[in-house]
Amino acid sequence: MTKSRNGTAIDRHRRQFLKTAALGGVALGGAGFLTPEAPAAEGTEASPLIPPSMLVQGKPVASPPYGVPSEFEKHVVRLANDRTATPFSSWSFTPLQDLHGPITPNGLFYERNHNGVPTINPDRHRILIHGLVERPVIFSMDDLMRLPSISRIYFLECSGNSSSEFTKPATDIRWSHGLLSCAEWTGVPLAALLQEAGVRPEGKWILAEGADAAAMTRSIPIDKAMDDALIAFAQNGERLRPEQGYPVRLLLPGYEGNMSVKWLRRLKIGNEPFMTREETSKYTGLLPDGRASQFNFVMEAKSVITRPAAGGTINGGPGLIQITGFAWSGVGKVRQVDVTVDGGRSWQSADIDVPILPKALTRFRLPWRWDGSPAIIASRVTDETGYVQPTREALLAARGNEFHYHYNAVAPWKIDAGGKVTNAYGAGA
Amino acid sequence: MAPVRSLTIIVSFVGFLSGLTATAQSQEAAKETTKSPAAQRPLGIGQTPTEELIKAWNIDIAPDGANLPDGSGSVAQGQKIFADTCAACHGEHGTEGPMDRLVGGKGTLETKKPIMTVGSYWPYATTLYDYIRRAMPLTNPQSLSADQVYAVTAYILNLNKIIPDDAVLDKHSLPAVEMPNRDGFEHITAPGGVTCMTNCEPLVGAPKAAAPQAEPQK
Repeated sequence: MTKSRNGTAIDRHRRQFLKTAALGGVALGGAGFLTPEAPAAEGTEASPLIPPSMLVQGKPVASPPYGVPSEFEKHVVRLANDRTATPFSSWSFTPLQDLHGPITPNGLFYERNHNGVPTINPDRHRILIHGLVERPVIFSMDDLMRLPSISRIYFLECSGNSSSEFTKPATDIRWSHGLLSCAEWTGVPLAALLQEAGVRPEGKWILAEGADAAAMTRSIPIDKAMDDALIAFAQNGERLRPEQGYPVRLLLPGYEGNMSVKWLRRLKIGNEPFMTREETSKYTGLLPDGRASQFNFVMEAKSVITRPAAGGTINGGPGLIQITGFAWSGVGKVRQVDVTVDGGRSWQSADIDVPILPKALTRFRLPWRWDGSPAIIASRVTDETGYVQPTREALLAARGNEFHYHYNAVAPWKIDAGGKVTNAYGAGA
Repeated sequence: MAPVRSLTIIVSFVGFLSGLTATAQSQEAAKETTKSPAAQRPLGIGQTPTEELIKAWNIDIAPDGANLPDGSGSVAQGQKIFADTCAACHGEHGTEGPMDRLVGGKGTLETKKPIMTVGSYWPYATTLYDYIRRAMPLTNPQSLSADQVYAVTAYILNLNKIIPDDAVLDKHSLPAVEMPNRDGFEHITAPGGVTCMTNCEPLVGAPKAAAPQAEPQK
């Protein structure tokens, strides 16, 4: 591998990055074509002159009718949490380290269920809107399809994502950050449904209820309902998966995932929050003085390096790699992502993939020539409001160790001389 | 894109569309809706639910006790129901688990090892009724009668020494129960970081940063 003139330093400017990448490309090309180790005419077992795939017919079309990933990608699956008391009220993690773009495939979208995934026949499913409305109304799925639907890309993050980092930092990015996914959602603006019912002026909160065995309920502020809330029935172009709320769910962009009630069955308009179990005894953050912060709806700006990431390894030794990850903000767009490779002493701005969408995962990337010595890398996002992702120290100073929810601090990964990547805050979980 | 503005456009667009499609729909459907409030719905989509349907679906209980059903239950009745249907997950005394601990923890919230239970943390007794009725027991939700839910609620509150041994709960007495942590909640804004590009404090092993001032937000 050709050594960069810049050594191990991050290339500060895009122009320099392109130049460096070009050098890397030439170096790789040289290894592959200009100085082959074996004579090209003979080939090798690993790279035969004519691969077997060219010598036999492949599979026919629609094998199978609903396509699945390559057999060589079978390791890319959700990780079920096996530490909860029951698998019915539990969660599974998205394998962020194996994703390559901001859209999460539907089969890899994280789950959080409170009493299992229900089986719901869409023909028998209804959504009731009542309470402080002029005209109570009940919609079938066919009714819903007659209303105007829109498609928007939004992330969903469990309020408890990264809760491990408050107390026992996780050894693997799935455990530390895997309750995060992003999809294109198709649905009817909640405001359109509410217009059919006619919300009375005193209606300030909406109780959303699911048709699952937990009968999940959360209180939604009317302003959010009228702003960008969706009644979503499709995800990444197909109907919702059962574990994502089939046949229909609420989708509150930028808000903690629990509020986007799945299997939505009822919306009741009231004048006060309903104080359900999930917004009093759960999803509230305990502060060091014994008080608790309630109604922490917005998921604050956060970023994480997904490759290389804790639990993984830099394969192939020193040389050029691409540091990449996701940044997001529940209030809007990502403005800037900074990356450090020296443990936070200095930072450089990363390239951000466009288009930058509000309340959606945004991919960032920075090329880095790793020289093989131990290093600590991390990312830090600034969103369009100017809010900067805090350090763990700043977050814990303000919220203590028992807040449990809304952990959005900078996540430093430690790389050892062998390329093994771990959580720089140490192994605890 | 401004969501409110785009929505207005979409709704007006569909209003236009529905005007077109209404003529294609059967005249019978039009007759049925003219006598109902559906005729007043801007897009004319959906049905008017019956009062019976709304009553059956409308199971949530507000902190003021509105919507609590008739019936009642005592601590003594609740003790038996708890032993039969709750103790397997929450423990004989509501403290053993493996599922959520329900009892104890008073005075621990500001300590290094807070114990968050119904007694130490929950702000409203009505939430207990609402949650048990809709979601408990986990393996057989919505199987308890109104009286049974009152009784189990009474027993859990009694285990926490919030109501006396001879207490009976109903739709009048339950909302009157004062929970110890009723005023323990407010909204605190999230702390933010600072942008530093060179000569910054290292991330790991750095001296503790000064606590940013957390401002209560209404």
